[in-house]
Formats: sequence, C-alpha cells, structure tokens
Amino acid sequence: MSASILIVAEHDGTTLGAGTARCVACAATVAQAEITVVVCATDASAVARQAAALRGVHRVLTVEHPIHAHPLAAAIAPQIAALGGPYTHVLGPSSTFGKDLMPRIAALLDTAQVSDIMAVEGPHRFRRPIYAGNAIVTVEVPADTKVVGTVRTASFRAAGVGGTAQIEKIDAPVEPPSHTRFVSTSAAKSDRPDLQTAARVISGGRALGSAEAFQMLYQLADKLGAAVGASRAAVDAGYAPNELQVGQTGKIIAPELYVAIGISGAIQHLTGIKDARTIVAINKDPEAPIFEVADIGLVGDLFEIVPQIEKLL
Amino acid sequence: MMKRIVVGIKRVVDYNVRIRIKPDGSGVVLDGVKMSVNPFDEIALEEALRIKERAGAEEVVVATIGPSDCQAQLRTCLAMGADRALHVLSDAPTEPLTTARILLKLIEREQPFLVLLGKQAIDDDNGQTGQMLAALWQRPQATFASKIELGEGKAQVTREVDAGLETLEVDLPAVITVDLRLNEPRYVKLPEIMKAKKKPLETLPLESLGVAPGAHLTTVRVAAPPQRQKGIQVENAAALVATLKEKGLLTS
Ligand SMILES: Cc1cc2nc3c(=O)[nH]c(=O)nc-3n(C[C@H](O)[C@H](O)[C@H](O)COP(=O)(O)OP(=O)(O)OC[C@H]3O[C@@H](n4cnc5c(N)ncnc54)[C@H](O)[C@@H]3O)c2cc1C
Ligand SMILES: Nc1ncnc2c1ncn2[C@@H]1O[C@H](COP(=O)(O)O)[C@@H](O)[C@H]1O
Repeated sequence: MSASILIVAEHDGTTLGAGTARCVACAATVAQAEITVVVCATDASAVARQAAALRGVHRVLTVEHPIHAHPLAAAIAPQIAALGGPYTHVLGPSSTFGKDLMPRIAALLDTAQVSDIMAVEGPHRFRRPIYAGNAIVTVEVPADTKVVGTVRTASFRAAGVGGTAQIEKIDAPVEPPSHTRFVSTSAAKSDRPDLQTAARVISGGRALGSAEAFQMLYQLADKLGAAVGASRAAVDAGYAPNELQVGQTGKIIAPELYVAIGISGAIQHLTGIKDARTIVAINKDPEAPIFEVADIGLVGDLFEIVPQIEKLL
Repeated sequence: MMKRIVVGIKRVVDYNVRIRIKPDGSGVVLDGVKMSVNPFDEIALEEALRIKERAGAEEVVVATIGPSDCQAQLRTCLAMGADRALHVLSDAPTEPLTTARILLKLIEREQPFLVLLGKQAIDDDNGQTGQMLAALWQRPQATFASKIELGEGKAQVTREVDAGLETLEVDLPAVITVDLRLNEPRYVKLPEIMKAKKKPLETLPLESLGVAPGAHLTTVRVAAPPQRQKGIQVENAAALVATLKEKGLLTS
C-alpha cells in the first residue's frame, strides 16, 4: 500500500520555515510516499512556490483566509482536519508551531499522535525520544489508523530544491472559530544565523554572570558566522532572551559545531544537542558532566579563554 | 456559578532521577523510583493558586488519571493549596487522547472557566493533552504560556514560541498549557501537609465515566539512545583553535 502524506507548512507569510523541508525529508523515508504540502495563509503564493520547489513534493494545496495572517492552531486545525480524510499521514514540524497545532488536528481526526518522530521504521512504525531523550521508544500505530505526527527536525536533513509540484488553490473547507485572536509578537530580529538551522552554535550558561558578558559570545559568534544559544539558567537569569534556550524545553538542534561555554551539561540541556556533530566544552570544573559528551574539552576560566580564542580567529 | 479552575496533574518519575531501561526493552524501570508531580503541572497549580489569591477564582480543583499511588501527588497538591482533588483510577497509563477525553468528562461535571495543564509531561514528552482537550471541548487553547492575564470573559496569554514571545487573546473558558518561566512554585510547609489530609479527595473509577481506555499506539521496544563518546582534552585556547581548524570546523 502506498502512503499519501499531508504536511502542514510552517511559514511567516512570505518565507517557508526551514522545518517544512525537513518534514518532507522525513515523509520521503516512508515507502512509496506521495507528498502533499498544505499552506494556510492570507496570500499563499510566495510560500506555495517555495514548497512546490522542494524535491519529493507532489502537490501543494493553498487555503487562503484572512484569519491565517498569524498561525492560530484553533483556526488551522479544523481546516486541516477537514482536508485530512484521504491521507494516510498528516505531519508537521516539531517546532512550537507544530507542537501547538498537530495534537489539535489529531484530536479532531480522532487519532493518537506520534510526537517528535526521529526515525521512520515503517509506514506505521516510528522511533521517538522519551524522558528527555534518555530513552528511545519505537511505537506502532495500528495499520488501519491515520498517523498524525510531529517531526523532530534535527533528525532529518532538509529536502533539496529543484522540484516542480503543482499548486492548487482550494476553498477554506470550514469557517474557523473567532474565539482565539492574535494580539502581538515580540521577536528579536537579528542578522545572525537561525539557531535551529545554523551550522555552528556558540552557547553560554549561568557562568557568564550577566547580559554584558554574553556580548562576548555574540562577538565570537559573529566572527565564526555562528548562532548564539543559551542554557535555561542563563535565560532565567536574564542574560539571554528565551528564544535562545537550548534543551528539552528549548530548542533541539543539530549543528556541525556546538561550543558550550560555562554550561554544566544537565541532562535537560544535553537533550538539545545530542545530534550535534562536534561538541566543544569550556568549563572551569574538570568534573562538569558536559565533558562526558564533549568531543573536545578545555578546562579553564571562560573569561580568559573566550577573548584568547577571539584573537586567534 | 462557582468560578473554578481545574488543573491537570500527572505523576511522573522525578526529574532528578537518572532513568534505567528494562533489560528486555519493554519499558523504563519504575519500581522503587522516586515519583513526583510533573514539574510543569506544579507551575500550572501555582498559577491557579495565585489567580485564586488575587480573587480571580473561587476554587482550585486538581485532577489526575492514574493508579492508586497517585494520591500521594494529589496530597502534595492539596498541601500546596488546592481545595479539592479528583482521582480517576486507571492502573494502565492512558494516552493523551484518552486522558483528554477523561478530562473532558471532569470538565463537564465541574464547569471550570479555566483549565491549566503542563505543556508536557516529562516522562513521555508527548505535549499533546492540552491541545487535544481544547479540540474536543471546542474551546480556545493557549500553549506554552509564560504570562496569563485574566479579563472579563477572556484572557491574554503570552506564549513562548520559537521566534520569541507571542500574545493571544482567548475567550473563556479555555485551556492553557504552561511553560517553565510562568512562575516559581511555592514550597509546601509542614502544617499544610497536615491540613491537606483533611481536604476532599474523590476517587472515580474510570468505568464510571464512560470513556473507553482505548490504546492507540503500541510500544515495540524501548532502548537507550546512542551514547556519545568522551573525546579529547586540549590544554589551551591555541590548541583548541588549532584542533578546530584541523577538523575543518571553522569554515563552511
Ligand atoms: C523540567 C525541566 C526542564 C529543563 N529544560 C532545560 C532546557 O531546555 N535547557 C537547559 O539548558 N536547562 C533546562 N533545565 C535546567 C537544567 O536542569 C539546568 O539547571 C541548567 O541547564 C543549568 O544551566 P547551566 O549549565 O548554565 O548552569 P550551571 O549548572 O549552574 O552550570 C554553570 C557551569 O559553569 C561553570 N563555570 C562557572 N564559572 C566559570 C568560569 N568562569 N569559566 C568556565 N566555567 C565556569 C561551572 O563549573 C558550571 O559547570 C530544565 C530543568 C527542568 C526541571
Ligand atoms: N494522567 C494524567 N492525569 C492528569 N493530567 C494529565 C495526565 N497526563 C497528562 N496530563 C496533563 O497534560 C499535560 C501534558 O501532558 P502530555 O500531553 O502527556 O505531555 C500534563 O502536564 C498534565 O497537566
């Protein structure tokens, strides 16, 4: 039996989110998958073109409605659920967008959800992390049941471009509710690479001691073309904004290079970096747990070492 | 009508415990392991108590679905300040969709204006129950809340999203799932623990609610994640930079 997979696109109105190409890559590992991407937007044309260009995508559907100016799970879920009938799988990225939306879709479709798919073992069999990634469970969805899932984007390399899928505009299948309204966002715009897709990440912990000291890491990151991350302790103390948090309750990332500076390496933090290619740790405590997972460790005072590194680059 | 908040509580392995996987791969060892209230649920309860303390609610009811051992965690919640506890007895763990169906039954009974849950349970890391409940209840959801402001018949909720912070306005009743930075839960004091023993804790057999305990996913196996190897130590910044250059990690 072939699989027909519906992927809910994440976007900001103009640009397709990086997680969607990774969902496509995940979907493409299901045997004989026919992949459809659905874009809910006010004007979906730009995002739909980007989705249609992803290799492996067979078809792009667009649902245009003024309520989709901002992604509201309460508005998107009933529309996707109404469209979802013919599909064997409905997937979305394991970003805050997908985590918010997909369970609402699953419940409307009266089916369970597989969260954080990290590997596909068969059309109905998946691996996912539990206990903050300290165990990996293989779960099976009954063969006659629709699969709704979120895709752990750090586990898949983005699908390439070069595809030429058909774009098809469809009418909003149901009228969305008005009980949920967007008010505002405050997103710090930065020119640095995006934490979730950056090849290199420089991360700081509680040891930095202040937001001023964190500036040192921004400078280092800029020299390396790296994104900046932070431990929860650093975010809680106000040294770094919350969107920089890496870990179980922050972002799960898989950069080529991860540099942990003044971070002890609590399991909740390590969950977020398990798939990094190379981990570097700088910590003054030789017993810090971060050294157990670091490929390259340097014991010493970050306030001496970081400026030295910067000079050497 | 009583202004009531229902808080969903899950009993989970304490977050400080290093879990062990059963040798036969059938699951995680739970026997003799310290269990606690899911940390996000403590935050949900703390928020409910603060809302009540500033007269935004009249009653805080905690609800759990699980085996009889869960009563210990419910007592902890009562000691924190919850007024009442509901325990739906289920020896087998329930999946989020079933949990949401059961919670919906309790909601129909209790008629809360607000339901607070954790954004995820730290055992299965599903992060589904709140959104599923909101869908079944056909009410608004606001997930990953780091700030909740209640108004007349509605709430403004600031959410921690990937890009930063987002604020939504939702009509009440609604389901809100909480993130870590919403508040810091209070410590339970000894006299409160004594007092909590007298607070009402009602046990409901799952069968009495008319929700089939349907399991949708089967666990094939549980395994340890691939372990990272401990790597090399370098002496100083110069050696670190040299090693990184050698490995080609400083240029893309
Ligand atoms: C439910 C739950 C979810 C969580 N989610 C996350 C999460 O997503 N992400 C996360 O990061 N944490 C998370 N945590 C918190 C986590 O348990 C740790 O508390 C946190 O990661 C610690 O941050 P840290 O390493 O920066 O601070 P600390 O543990 O305080 O470590 C600071 C380190 O800096 C070193 N140091 C001090 N001074 C210097 C110096 N001058 N030079 C070099 N090194 C120095 C110290 O030796 C120490 O190792 C979570 C916790 C819970 C309960
Ligand atoms: N068995 C349960 N009993 C009561 N509440 C639960 C239960 N399981 C999950 N919840 C609530 O739903 C939230 C999210 O859980 P989950 O979807 O399992 O990650 C938890 O933080 C709880 O507030």
